Amino acid sequence: MIRYALGRALAAIPVLWVVATVTFGLLRFLPGGPFDKDRVLPPEIRRNLERRYALDGTLAHQYVDYLERLSRGDLGPSYKYVGRDVADILRDAAPASLELGAAAFALAVTGGIGLGLAAGARRDTRVDRAIALGSLVGVSAPSFVVGAGLILCFGLGLGWLPAGLWEGPLYGVLPACTLAALPMAYAAQLTRAQVAGVMDQDYVRTARALGVPEARVRRRHVLRNALLAVMTYFGPLLATLLTGSFVVERIFAVPGMGRYFVTAVTNRDYPLVLGATLVYAALVVLANLAVDLLYAWLDPRIRVGRAEP
Amino acid sequence: MKARGWIGFALVALLAALALAGDRVTGYRFDAQDTAQALAAPSQAHWLGCDALGRDLFARLCEGGRVSLVVAVGATALAVALGLGYGALSGWIGGRLDSLLMRGVDVVYALPDVLVTVLLIEVFQAALAGVPDLWRRLTALAFALGFAGFVGVARLVRALVLQAREELWVEAARATGVHASRILVRHVLPNVAAPVLVAAAFRIPAAILSESVLSFIGLGIQPPFSSWGTLASDGFEAMRSYPHLILFPCAAILCALLGFHLLGEALRERLGPRLRA
Repeated sequence: MIRYALGRALAAIPVLWVVATVTFGLLRFLPGGPFDKDRVLPPEIRRNLERRYALDGTLAHQYVDYLERLSRGDLGPSYKYVGRDVADILRDAAPASLELGAAAFALAVTGGIGLGLAAGARRDTRVDRAIALGSLVGVSAPSFVVGAGLILCFGLGLGWLPAGLWEGPLYGVLPACTLAALPMAYAAQLTRAQVAGVMDQDYVRTARALGVPEARVRRRHVLRNALLAVMTYFGPLLATLLTGSFVVERIFAVPGMGRYFVTAVTNRDYPLVLGATLVYAALVVLANLAVDLLYAWLDPRIRVGRAEP
Repeated sequence: MKARGWIGFALVALLAALALAGDRVTGYRFDAQDTAQALAAPSQAHWLGCDALGRDLFARLCEGGRVSLVVAVGATALAVALGLGYGALSGWIGGRLDSLLMRGVDVVYALPDVLVTVLLIEVFQAALAGVPDLWRRLTALAFALGFAGFVGVARLVRALVLQAREELWVEAARATGVHASRILVRHVLPNVAAPVLVAAAFRIPAAILSESVLSFIGLGIQPPFSSWGTLASDGFEAMRSYPHLILFPCAAILCALLGFHLLGEALRERLGPRLRA
């Protein structure tokens, strides 16, 4: 199992290389460069800048140069934030995004699975209908709608929670709820459908007929089997939540890294875009690995690390 | 269950009618400024109030709805067309081409959604440099969202085509000497149409959502034109003192998404309850 995990982690390196290459290519495909914003620079200064950031060679040369740096773990300097390294910028922004994303992920997973199980196990009751309607509204609300509603309600209206900035755990409550709302609703929909399907299976009826207590039937047989299909959604979700959301960060003035996926592109700050994208891709790989390991734990028939029979 | 589908249909039809009617409902133009009415609260004259420049919010919401719906429908049409071609090619021909095409899809999945859409928007904006502003931004948004969304459709179509390829009726068609491309177009694709249709129905609300988010962060439609996302973004700035400016655009988006989701669910139930898009 440990060997399997290590092998998968090593297999991530070519994936990251492809991601870096594709992003590098796409960025250079964009019109305009990092130094033609705001005002026109005198040609001499421009040349110096390009030499300073090694942008004066051919594209192939720059690409090899970037990969060489990357292999040493150096993400390069930012073009926009003069004198700062990309790694430095991301390190500063990461804690806020990670904390917020982790909280939102925990909320989405527990809330989504809990609600989905509660609804799916009581098919066509009032509880089921209420949860189905709630999750439908949840998947229909963009994050800024949820954020605006929460701010109006709990921030400005009742005044219970701060509606912005990032100065303590209390400041994270509203943004975490905003971030979690849509994935939680979606996970609840998925779980509900899965649970309802599993409840009709023969093995559940058999377990009940054998006199297994209902709580145990739900935990051991229904939830376990229903979760298998829901889990695949959680891998990419974790990566998305941990790298932050531009909208939520803008609404609540959170100093996270979500905004760099947007602003760094418009600034043509190539190294910053590449750095943020590589962090995201690495997280996707890791989260998918975690999901696969959890799969094996949930379903003993799946044995990771051994050849298929 | 049936009732829910009709509620969805009614919501979508109402919003589409308002978007089509535009200025004719209220008599105000979406870009007519009346500074005396700036930030006015909802009243008899201006049903939903006015924005910071005194423009009627109802008229702006109609106009914004037109933009949002056009972008969403365009993006969905593009995503389905591309996804059908790509997925069918991959699943039908198989072999090396299949693994190559699917690795391409994997790469897109490994990139952050926001990044892909933002990159595509910039590329299309530049490619359409000569086109008037509103149309350029509209088309760039629809193309970017269509391209970003087609990979999901492609995966679905590929899986369905792979499944259908092994069916007896395909073998029968082949045995009677029907050309492979004709089997694909005349027999396989119509048979996989239902799940694709359901997926398409759910792509429309997804595209409305993405468009509103992009416009909210300032990458979509620019003033004096609006979409629901730009209106919500404007309203957000003034939320503290003038909550009606954020409330109504958000309500419009919520209603549209709810309506399309209900419609999609009804369609899924109609075409086969076991479909999961």
